[in-house]
Amino acid sequence: MTLLDVDTLRKDFPILERSVRGDRRLVYLDSGATSQKPYAVLNAERDFYELHNAAVHRGNHQLAEEATDAYEQARATVAGFIGAAADEVVFTRNATEALNMVAYAFSNATLDGGPDRFTLRPGDEILITEMEHHANLVPWQQVAKRTGATLRWFGVTDDGRLDLDPDLITERTRIVAVTHQSNVLGTINPIARIAQMAHAVGAIVVVDACQSVPHMAVDVGDLGADFVAFSGHKMLGPTGIGCLWARADLLAEMPPMLTGGSMIEQVFMDHSTFAPPPQRFEAGVPNIAQAVGLDAACRYLDAVGLQAIHDHEVHLTGLAIEGLNDIAGIRIIGPADLVDRGAAVSFVADGVHPHDLGQVLDDSGVAVRVGHHCAWPLHRRFSIPATTRASFYLYNDEDDVADLLAGTRRALEFFA
Amino acid sequence: MNMETLYQEIILDHYRNPRGKGLREPFGAQVHHVNPTCGDEITLRVQVDEGVIQDISYDATGCSISQAATSVMYEQLVGQPLDQVWPVVEEFVRLIEGRGKVEPNEDVLGDGIAFAGVASFPARVKCALLGWMAFKDATLQALGKDFT
Ligand SMILES: Cc1ncc(COP(=O)(O)O)c(C=O)c1O
Repeated sequence: MTLLDVDTLRKDFPILERSVRGDRRLVYLDSGATSQKPYAVLNAERDFYELHNAAVHRGNHQLAEEATDAYEQARATVAGFIGAAADEVVFTRNATEALNMVAYAFSNATLDGGPDRFTLRPGDEILITEMEHHANLVPWQQVAKRTGATLRWFGVTDDGRLDLDPDLITERTRIVAVTHQSNVLGTINPIARIAQMAHAVGAIVVVDACQSVPHMAVDVGDLGADFVAFSGHKMLGPTGIGCLWARADLLAEMPPMLTGGSMIEQVFMDHSTFAPPPQRFEAGVPNIAQAVGLDAACRYLDAVGLQAIHDHEVHLTGLAIEGLNDIAGIRIIGPADLVDRGAAVSFVADGVHPHDLGQVLDDSGVAVRVGHHCAWPLHRRFSIPATTRASFYLYNDEDDVADLLAGTRRALEFFA
Repeated sequence: MNMETLYQEIILDHYRNPRGKGLREPFGAQVHHVNPTCGDEITLRVQVDEGVIQDISYDATGCSISQAATSVMYEQLVGQPLDQVWPVVEEFVRLIEGRGKVEPNEDVLGDGIAFAGVASFPARVKCALLGWMAFKDATLQALGKDFT
């Protein structure tokens, strides 16, 4: 295992030097919600605005050329980061928009007689899971409502794994939408196996990779999915930029969600034709500086090494699970072992509501997330309204885990 | 603003020993409110008779702040005539939403002033108001009016 030189890495993240709640050291354990940004990303965005700012794909002045080059270079970098071809990468605002783009393709095609692969009929089934983030759940409920398709889902086992009941994948299954890594449980799902089962019946596989792409090497070729969505802000990049990857043959047929400028081929008063992908899916002036920032984030992560980052996070996760299990009254929601498990550790405490636990942790300088983490049905599955979640990234260290454990003990004592 | 200022002894006491908890009959209206950011829920019933709050009964899951705020509300409002209830509700909401800039009025709020610290923690404002908003909704429904 390659150990990260966290002390050196931390110097790249200016926010980690500030204190909170008076003079407490900031212990940032909420990277699952959004990550902090290194100078490399901040400077890339700043440089773009200072030197190259212009609208992309419009105009032929020098700045427009430079801006377009920077934006398309970002696409190439992100594509390389996930083992894809550049024209298979669509920039979106975030993963939520990327997933909606796929969902709307099905709704729109069904409503206006679009391509067969995107058309749903009553009786068709959309298969999701009980551990989905609302972003990969609510859009499919909407699609089912609009098209008459039926929504089904894989359940979750008591130890936080997917209950992969093979009977759920049938000839009726048209879409299988599943998260690569649960943002609550930390569970990493066997996408390749699910994709194999889905493809055997001709279904399309949509993967929410929000919590995997930032934390481990993901190659879309190996993954075996048809669509992959993720957000830049969770992988050291800026807010406002995300990505939808799709297989080229699917993108070629897929109808757009947003229409308007920059996504057309020809426009007449009564009809228009659309540009080929990825432009077809990027209506309006995009988030250019943010794409440039994401380019820098990918390079930064590559330079550190995704395998080393993943190993480091698994190490911290192991320490956190071990330490939390040693505290009486704490129960971890999610796998107890480190097999196929990422760096989100959610837990409940006897007699202390997560909101109160989070408040005491905040008072100790420890930033965690409390609530249902946009996975309300998953919490209902475990008969709890909310959890406290600590999530780790490359800039966290063993001291951070120790502070989490100390703060948790403090909370239990305070409310005892 | 530190944690100890937020978690006044009165709040911890009401959290550990909630007053009036449990659903009872009779009631004029029942409502169910949720806090969508954290999943906390309350089912609350109000019985109004001859212009007086006869009972507030409730079943809730939530943090110490939301549980204690509902418990304090029960103590403050049950047995009070409506014309004295509304000023208390109004003053409590004003205090909690006051971002820490509203001077708490003990004459009106009684134990409710213990929640003054909540106003400095924006993430907890909805916790403190969950039960109070449910009460307002239920009471207006019991009186045949719309919740605004
Ligand atoms: C698993 C998962 N899916 C989807 C999302 C949505 O990401 P965003 O809010 O950036 O669109 C998140 C982030 O909260 C997530 O953790």
